[in-house]
Amino acid sequence: MPKLTIDGIEVEVEAGTTILQACETIGVEIPRFCYHERLNIAGNCRMCLVEVEKAPKPVASCAMPVAEGMVVHTDTPGVHKARKGVMEFLLINHPLDCPICDQGGECDLQDQAMAFGGDRGRYAESKRAVRDKDFGPLISTWMTRCIHCTRCIRFSKEVAGVPELGATGRGENMEVTTYVEKALSSELSGNMIDLCPVGALTNRPYAFKARPWELRKTESIDVMDAVGANIRVDVRGNEVLRVLPRLNEEINEEWISDKTRFACDGLSKQRLDRPYLRVDGKLQPTTWAAAFAAIADKVKGLPGSKIAAIAGDQADAEAMMALKDLMAGLGSANIDCRQDGAAIDASTRAAYLFNSTIAGIEDADAILLIGSNPRWEAPLVNARIRKRYLRGGLKVGVLGERLNLTYGYEHLGTDAGPLQSILDGSHAFAQVLKDAKRPMIILGMGALSRPDGAAILGLARKLAEATGAVSEEWNSFNLLHTAAARVGGLDLGFVPGQGGRDVAGILDGAQKGEISVVYLLAADEIDTAKLGNAFVIYQGHHGDAGAHRADVILPGAAYTEKNATYVNLEGRVQRTQLAVFPPGDAKEDWKILRALSEALGHKLPYDGIVQLRARMAQVNPVFATVDEVVPASWGSFGGEGELSGAPFVSPIKNFYMTDPISRSSKTMADCSALFVNGQQEKTGTHG
Amino acid sequence: MLRDQDRIFTNLYGREDWRLSGARARGDWDNTKDIIAKGRDWIIEEMKQSGLRGRGGAGFPTGVKWSFMPKQSDGRPHYLVVNADEGEPGTCKDREIMRHDPHKLVEGCLLASFAMGAHAAYIYIRGEFVQEAVHLQAAIDEAYDAGLIGKNACGSGWDFDLYIHRGAGAYICGEETALIESLEGKKGQPRLKPPFPAGVGLYGCPTTVNNVESIAVAPTILRRGATWFAGIGRPNNTGTKIFSISGHVNNPCNVEEEMGIPLRELIEKHCGGVRGGWDNLLAIIPGGSSVPALPKHICDDMLMDFDSLRAVKSGLGTAAVIVMDKSTDIVRAITRLSRFYKHESCGQCTPCREGTGWMWRVMERMATGNATIDEIDMLEDVTRQVEGHTICALGDAAAWPIQGLIRHFRPEMERKIAEYRAAATGRAA
Repeated sequence: MPKLTIDGIEVEVEAGTTILQACETIGVEIPRFCYHERLNIAGNCRMCLVEVEKAPKPVASCAMPVAEGMVVHTDTPGVHKARKGVMEFLLINHPLDCPICDQGGECDLQDQAMAFGGDRGRYAESKRAVRDKDFGPLISTWMTRCIHCTRCIRFSKEVAGVPELGATGRGENMEVTTYVEKALSSELSGNMIDLCPVGALTNRPYAFKARPWELRKTESIDVMDAVGANIRVDVRGNEVLRVLPRLNEEINEEWISDKTRFACDGLSKQRLDRPYLRVDGKLQPTTWAAAFAAIADKVKGLPGSKIAAIAGDQADAEAMMALKDLMAGLGSANIDCRQDGAAIDASTRAAYLFNSTIAGIEDADAILLIGSNPRWEAPLVNARIRKRYLRGGLKVGVLGERLNLTYGYEHLGTDAGPLQSILDGSHAFAQVLKDAKRPMIILGMGALSRPDGAAILGLARKLAEATGAVSEEWNSFNLLHTAAARVGGLDLGFVPGQGGRDVAGILDGAQKGEISVVYLLAADEIDTAKLGNAFVIYQGHHGDAGAHRADVILPGAAYTEKNATYVNLEGRVQRTQLAVFPPGDAKEDWKILRALSEALGHKLPYDGIVQLRARMAQVNPVFATVDEVVPASWGSFGGEGELSGAPFVSPIKNFYMTDPISRSSKTMADCSALFVNGQQEKTGTHG
Repeated sequence: MLRDQDRIFTNLYGREDWRLSGARARGDWDNTKDIIAKGRDWIIEEMKQSGLRGRGGAGFPTGVKWSFMPKQSDGRPHYLVVNADEGEPGTCKDREIMRHDPHKLVEGCLLASFAMGAHAAYIYIRGEFVQEAVHLQAAIDEAYDAGLIGKNACGSGWDFDLYIHRGAGAYICGEETALIESLEGKKGQPRLKPPFPAGVGLYGCPTTVNNVESIAVAPTILRRGATWFAGIGRPNNTGTKIFSISGHVNNPCNVEEEMGIPLRELIEKHCGGVRGGWDNLLAIIPGGSSVPALPKHICDDMLMDFDSLRAVKSGLGTAAVIVMDKSTDIVRAITRLSRFYKHESCGQCTPCREGTGWMWRVMERMATGNATIDEIDMLEDVTRQVEGHTICALGDAAAWPIQGLIRHFRPEMERKIAEYRAAATGRAA
């Protein structure tokens, strides 16, 4: 390991470290604009210049690897002069429009100009102006502010895998552009807003809404997909204004998907803010007491077998626990959290987790994707696969739709057919999996939520066992969930009990009149037309499909409005924090169920969230270990049977609208119109 | 004064046949197989002994550069890239080589490639050079047909392929790493160094980029011996060099001369002297637009080689001598160069992207006198902020002419400012 001296301090760092990184290890901060830990080194902003003894010129510390015996100075008049010079150059053509710039207050250029810049400008010539570009409904551009650090270009090329950005022109005419004007078609494009060190790329829906110092920041968890990205919710008053990523190397690194970031405007639309009761076929506002009384009226005296409950994709674990206990109190085993009817085996934990963990993708050297479109189902998982792919030596096989996943793969077929031949070794890809040291199998919901789902699950298990995807130290049998609530529900056993009905059974029963009361806990993804004449209680936060069919509506809280537990697809227990209060009369979900249980005469035995969480840990000990992944032990699971010849179809038809919140979001509606339905505004370049 | 028998480029003026037969008559392709038979190490050692310094401008010893290539391939191919993107204002030597003596370059490519273990070489030729590219391609075709290159080149057992790639008109693509980027099909922007091309170059493989003249003289050096070449010129500045003299001389020309020839002798012997006599000389730019201009009193007894010019804070560069007599508006002339660099900056790194435009705009005002005396110091300071702070040398090249101007012609700049002020006061009155 090379030893070097930085400002008189001797440091020993690993070979291949850059001077800038070495400086960081001893707390010497080097200003930078273009350098970013997760992107390739460009070395073009020249802000990080330092002096190295025996070097004829100042060197860019972000790009220069350390060498034995190097003597680095970061605090000499020469270095200060160089930084000041670069700062001056950056500012001569940068508009000093900070008072009307959305980046104001969180701008790298502003901060570093304060720290390293001069106090006056010497530039007396005309400033450059650059025509703004149209990057779509999510990012607004102010290209005059661009300092050409190329972070956005590198992000789109490297991380997003959608090389749609580049620089045209030379010298001071260089512009960052898509060349032919078009919206950026990446599900991760919003991250460019965070990466942009100035206000050239800003959050379009959030434009001119607030200043960063006005916002209250709450650290929380995202529920738009099952990844459980760590987020920060920025709030002013009682309104969520924006969502930003939070660093978590294990899950999302520092990225979030566009849905996570931009769907937040849906939180203030279509909200259920008071209880409703259907009177004469129309939903009428009512009081909590009247709503509870109406439910009690229907439920009391009814045998448990005629009552059923379905938990939705964004239901929190606390509410599911309370509902499960309540249903048990009412004598019903008809509960299910698998709205899509996926043939998931809840009895073995390893059977429904992303066992390798997301970070574990980086260790894999062969991946078989079955019936999944990770780019839409879990963009951050897809970004990890791409990250691993870029390092080289990864082989990916896909059974399912032929899509642009941002990395190269071998398309093995569209249906389950080849699965059998991969298992028996007659398929070419079988050898790839066999030769791999760390093979990985990713099974999507598109493969499980179909009649032969159980058989596919069984085949996948056998395949995992046969190829070494499951061994003592490595388990990469991975289910790619799409619902944030799913793993939590499975961990709590929110599945049909002895003799109970699953979702299909409940709907069937409701149609036939065998089920007369259905409790929907934020369940909107079922076919509500099949609920027949059942009395439907809908508890949730948005006026979506479930609420339209409901006979009683109990207004609950969205994920930003409650302290709740979610388990992500890896089986990692994480907690959201209340950032704003639920609107109007709406309440935290578990509290609604606790109050209702009293009205129904089956009082739940917990009065506070601490007791409730203790109950959850009693049902499944994983709920006691927050933020960690407890490895799950292997078992025998999955069924056998005939495979249908139907092609795999991803459950997500429209990435931008998958849940009540994103369906209520105007921003997401704009994205759907543009990216999914292809209604891009015509520009001059269209024939 | 170079003796005729020591000339390498004996068809510099195109009076003889440039094709293979003519080239052979002038001694090219003579026993190339024997030179190759002496081995890689011998060639590189001979090039080192000759003291040849790169003819593209920086003057890095060519033999040493070749020796940076890995001795053993690690599986990656090696490449030679010839920089024929001659775009330095004032410079027109490589084009003469390529259109009148292309076989010198082709043979040089073979020998240099062999010396660095490369089976393929690319010549990146400036897009505007149409006839040159045609001649060069014809020469390559002839050499293939004659078995001089291709499989088993010259019967030496070495397989060698040579390709021409035509540029698209960017000055920056003459910078070696930008040239590599451009050759790979990307936007011509210089790369960060390290890694150097000898380690990671074209397509990520070990690569050496050499100027046309450096490569074209190699066969003659290897044939006549390093001692012969080293015996010409002065220590550390050996050999012959093509000078391109343009501007206010009676006979602008390209001429091959001994390194270290006095400037005055160069101009008076070969160019018919400065227009209006030596005393009418105002300044010269000794090595292409990138180096600082020098006033007459320095030119009087100046020697034309790397070290002598460095000693007077200028440089030999490409040895493109731009002569300016007393009719020249030197501030206007340097302003034009500033505009060139502003136009050709690639825009990648901050000081050059922003600084070249700033410098040019201030220079435009300086040229009319619409400035203040303080601004001369500010301009100087801006050039220092650009110099040495950029990825490639274009920032330096943009800064140096202005620094030279301020160093030697500040009174002229101040005079213009004073005149402008006086005129403005007159207008106001």
